[in-house]
Amino acid sequence: MAMADEKKTVTAGPVDDVSRREFFVKLGLGSLSIAAAGTTVFAYQFLSPNVLFEPSPIVNAGKPESYPVDSVTLDVNSGIYLIHAKEGFFALSAVCTHLGCLTAWKPELGIIACPCHGSKFSREGVKQEGPAPKPLPWLRTWVSDEGDLMVDRDTSIRPMEYVRV
Amino acid sequence: MAKTIENYFDQMRGTRVWRSVFRGGTGSSTLRRSLAIQQNVFLHLFSTKVRRRMLSFSATWYLGTLTLGTFLILVSTGIFLMLYYHPSVPQAYADTKDLQFVVSSGLFLRNLHRWSAHAMVFLVFAHMFKVFYRGAYRPPREFNWVIGVILLLITLLLSYTGYLLPWDQLAYWAITVGSNIAKAVPVLGNNVHFLMLGGNLVNANALLRFYVLHCMILPLTAIVFIAIHFWRIRKDGGLYSHQSEPKTLAAKAVPAPAGAVAKGAQ
Repeated sequence: MAMADEKKTVTAGPVDDVSRREFFVKLGLGSLSIAAAGTTVFAYQFLSPNVLFEPSPIVNAGKPESYPVDSVTLDVNSGIYLIHAKEGFFALSAVCTHLGCLTAWKPELGIIACPCHGSKFSREGVKQEGPAPKPLPWLRTWVSDEGDLMVDRDTSIRPMEYVRV
Repeated sequence: MAKTIENYFDQMRGTRVWRSVFRGGTGSSTLRRSLAIQQNVFLHLFSTKVRRRMLSFSATWYLGTLTLGTFLILVSTGIFLMLYYHPSVPQAYADTKDLQFVVSSGLFLRNLHRWSAHAMVFLVFAHMFKVFYRGAYRPPREFNWVIGVILLLITLLLSYTGYLLPWDQLAYWAITVGSNIAKAVPVLGNNVHFLMLGGNLVNANALLRFYVLHCMILPLTAIVFIAIHFWRIRKDGGLYSHQSEPKTLAAKAVPAPAGAVAKGAQ
């Protein structure tokens, strides 16, 4: 008797279009998709390291006197050129803007050339030929309190901003 | 003499132990031979019956089988190489050199691994060209073609990840260039690059990630897709044979003399 009553109220109710089975199916699928979304987020976070043991972006290039005027010095380990032009010092990234190879200074031609795909740049980093999409960036350079030339590889500046010592 | 050896085999195949492993039993009736395929966990992926003509060299040039062969060589030699190789920055290059010059048979195993890898890439492409030009990719085999494309990608990724492991200049710059190509993906590029290398540079994390991908994730994925690929051959009606296609059969429905049929079946 009671059961019949219950059935009656259920069928008359406005929420009748969802049966108990459908409700649990939706609940189950809903919680599974929430769990899947959470797993995706956690997996992404897990795969992105929080601590990196990579070299510092700030490089100590030593005393300015060690760079003669009109010289281009490549530091292979940090991937920068320290250039002493007549107008002053500047640092240029030596990493090719095409696909990240280390470029080389060709003194006999007066250009910077990439061995991988043949991009060529002027001493000021301006692209002259090849597939590189952008010029070599000028890097923030300053003189430390100890009188050393410092370069920040992570910060590029506008070209033609020389450091005078 | 030969008869005696055959008798010994038959005796062995009749023993209880043998029968507990291979249920098919002895004898060479069609049923027994079918059961031998059907009741073997590895062989049951394949059809129990194959047209004899499809087993000839000219039908497939054995390109798929040869690809599997190189894959098996790569798995076994790769496991041996893993016993001497440490995926760490100070040791990877030295270990590779030790494998070349110090480890007994190391040179042989490493070169076998390397040449098989090259051969596998070549064979996968050759297999795909053969399938393409024969038209074997067409329905009902179109999904198996898709599986094949996935296997091609896995092969190329295996090749690429293995390239970094010697940790020499060639490896380092190849992976620098390759990961910068991934960086060019719109919107997600930088994230893909960071996740792939486990950092911003090709470094210790990148080496370890590529090692895990190369030795675990990609081979296991490959094995799963290879199994599906083989099983689909059976499910899609066996190896593609132009002469047994419905269209060809319909065109040939005109009654022909018995001699012509026999010729066609060869």
